[in-house]
Amino acid sequence: MNVSTTVDLSAKVRQAKEQLDAHVREIVQWHFNPDTGCPFWLEYASKLDWDPRREIHRFEDLRKFTPFQDEWLRGGPVRRWVPRGLTGRPVYVFETGGTTGAPKSRVAIEDFRIDYEMFSETLPDEYFPRGANWLMLGPSGPRRLRLAVEHLCQHRGGICFCVDLDPRWVIKEIKAGHMNEMERYKAHVIEQAITILGAGHQIRCLFTTPKLLEPLAEELEQRGSSIRASGITGIFAGGTEFTPQYTRFAIEELLGPGVYLTPTYGNTLMGLACSKPVTAADGYKIAYYAPQPRAVIEVVSFEDCDRVVNYGEIGRVRLTTLTRETFIPGFLERDEGEREPACERYFWDGISAVRPFRQLAAATVVGVY
Amino acid sequence: MLNLPILRWGQPYTSLEQDQVVHFLTGETLASVSQANTGLLARDIRKAQRARDSLTAIPIPEFITIMKRAADLYLNDALPMGDGEQTPDDFARQQSASTGLPEHMSKANMKKNHFVLTNMDRILEALTRGLDLGILTRGYGMESRGVMVSYQAQAPVLGLVLPSNSPGVHTLWLPVIPMQVGLVLKPGPQEPWTPYRMAAAFWKAGVPREAISIYPGGGDVGAEVVRRTNRSLIFGGTATVERYKGDPRVQVHGPGFSKILLGDDVVDHWDSYLDVMVESVFANSGRGCINCSGIWASRHTREIADALAERLGPVEPKPPQDPQASLAAFTVPGAARAIWRTIESGIREAGVEHSTASFGARLVEKERCGYIRPTVVHCDSAEPALANTEFMFPFVSVVRCPQEEMLKKIGPTLVCSVITGEAQFQRKLIDAPNIDRLNLGAIPTIKLDWLQPHEGNIVEFLYRPRAFQMSLEAVAV
Repeated sequence: MNVSTTVDLSAKVRQAKEQLDAHVREIVQWHFNPDTGCPFWLEYASKLDWDPRREIHRFEDLRKFTPFQDEWLRGGPVRRWVPRGLTGRPVYVFETGGTTGAPKSRVAIEDFRIDYEMFSETLPDEYFPRGANWLMLGPSGPRRLRLAVEHLCQHRGGICFCVDLDPRWVIKEIKAGHMNEMERYKAHVIEQAITILGAGHQIRCLFTTPKLLEPLAEELEQRGSSIRASGITGIFAGGTEFTPQYTRFAIEELLGPGVYLTPTYGNTLMGLACSKPVTAADGYKIAYYAPQPRAVIEVVSFEDCDRVVNYGEIGRVRLTTLTRETFIPGFLERDEGEREPACERYFWDGISAVRPFRQLAAATVVGVY
Repeated sequence: MLNLPILRWGQPYTSLEQDQVVHFLTGETLASVSQANTGLLARDIRKAQRARDSLTAIPIPEFITIMKRAADLYLNDALPMGDGEQTPDDFARQQSASTGLPEHMSKANMKKNHFVLTNMDRILEALTRGLDLGILTRGYGMESRGVMVSYQAQAPVLGLVLPSNSPGVHTLWLPVIPMQVGLVLKPGPQEPWTPYRMAAAFWKAGVPREAISIYPGGGDVGAEVVRRTNRSLIFGGTATVERYKGDPRVQVHGPGFSKILLGDDVVDHWDSYLDVMVESVFANSGRGCINCSGIWASRHTREIADALAERLGPVEPKPPQDPQASLAAFTVPGAARAIWRTIESGIREAGVEHSTASFGARLVEKERCGYIRPTVVHCDSAEPALANTEFMFPFVSVVRCPQEEMLKKIGPTLVCSVITGEAQFQRKLIDAPNIDRLNLGAIPTIKLDWLQPHEGNIVEFLYRPRAFQMSLEAVAV
């Protein structure tokens, strides 16, 4: 990078930060205004001895809130999360967790569509052709992904095929040690996918998870086909298993030439963080960048969650969601990773080497995604 | 520092994920080990039959010679090791430095492996009960007694999920290649040394490269080895044993809970057997599943515990290079402390006494490792949790239990050395299904007869005897 590029990038980083701070002010005004905010945050504010609308001027000021507890999202009434300013709009509820006990719920109106439309702009048309049909081979049911991928496909002019996949059942089977049953369920899901791929629907694009991409490729090869031969040219996938080694393996051995793979990182609360293009020349390094200013990823110290670690250092993922539908300040995610600097495509911090947070990893069951 | 690649049917593959094997005292990085992802194994296993085909092309008698050659190479030669080379002294030093085993014990284990490889002809003859080994290759044949027999390989390769903490276990899989079955090895994170060195010796001695794969990695890779191979041999704790119980594809080697029982007819002369007890508990730093973890008798148990404490209690950790070192270190951070906490909590239970308490603190913590000095407890019945427990260091419970209740209460026992002259008790012991290896007499639990099967016969695990008839004039194979 030459001097002028560095100066250029610094200016863009500064500009992005100014936009973020302005966006923070706007979102805080919205969520803490009695006319537009949701019951949860208005009640929360009523117990504070400070006024968020007066004291939050920039992103860093959000540290005045205690870290968001995702447990607050369990149980109802779900309407307490719907901003008054959006009253009357059709509301979706998306769930996360829920293998045992009440799942965590997030209401959504347009956010998932906006997030995935923004993501759509990062997809190369060569591999994700406009108008192409998609297969959504991932968790279905009350998950945001199901509708979001379908919307992504429709936004690009295609029609999306889906399979049924209940990840809560998969996790139950794993926890019970019923690995054979889990494998049978996986085979059942893959069988559905292969049937759709072979049914002449001209499917070119696929959403899937690392845990399903492998058996899909394997089963296709058993049948004398391959991912590429089945017509797929673009794969959008997500999950913390997307290590550089896994990505290299997938590109070199599962997919082969002519198939583009784009890893993503996200969840129901934040949305979708895209990766820089992953290349062999860059050691298949995967660095994710949140859709700022709508969501922000910070990599913070394990000991002090208000301290962002230095570039290249490892810390816990802290998410902040800043949309008119949802305000989630400083949620400590169950993942950790390395802080990455801004780059040519994204003018804010990113994160690489994402993996389950070490203190929780032992208790985490990774099912199918 | 060595860089150890994944070996995919003998071909090196450097992963983008590396695990560092470090010296437990100095923190020096000894090796950077490529970590496999499960998909690599899933793809490679499709070529497993090629491994067996390459092995069946070589007659078993030739493998006997190859194994003798490999034995000498393994014990004496500098061998390729990743991007470097490893002498036998390097091996002992590196294995000691990562597993915590004293160097002289590493060298003793090398000699055990050498012995098994050198005596492969006798071992195979014993394990197959004198079968013409050509029958394994051909799949069928006429025995000398004029009976047609057939043995069918149950898998082209054997998967192995190996432990980090017990280098002695490697003798179990050495007969696999000469039986013309390939190897898919998942080394223990702290003990990559033996699988890599043995593979290097095998290849140099003439074993086809495509017969062996090595996939270092995490627990998911171990599970994938079990899932993808039709026969696998794994090492683990009680939970692992329970998980694979009843799965005919998997042979699990878990805790041994090996014991010495003193019959009522000899127990009054217990001091005559003290050396056998000490050796059974203490040899190889008490790490093996064949080390004795329980001594059961109907009386004199407190005296036995005190006498053992007198012998074992003063033992202290020494540097791994010291030829007198007899204790292995726990090299996984926090492991020694966690184990000692479990013991401390057991000692608080009613009916349990800590016999080595007066010989100083048992837990010795260093900067990067921990030791637990030999520990003897006395249990006044079979009820306390510590009465039937096993730890990876010289630990023994001396348990008071009436002889007539012993067989009901000892639970699963890998090696049981029983000192008794009572015919009726001996008969019951011979019939007891919870005892795997039975030693009648004053035989240390750690004394192995290499010509006898250990925790299941590997030949019977890999080959199924079946009916076979021929009416053709000639068979093509």
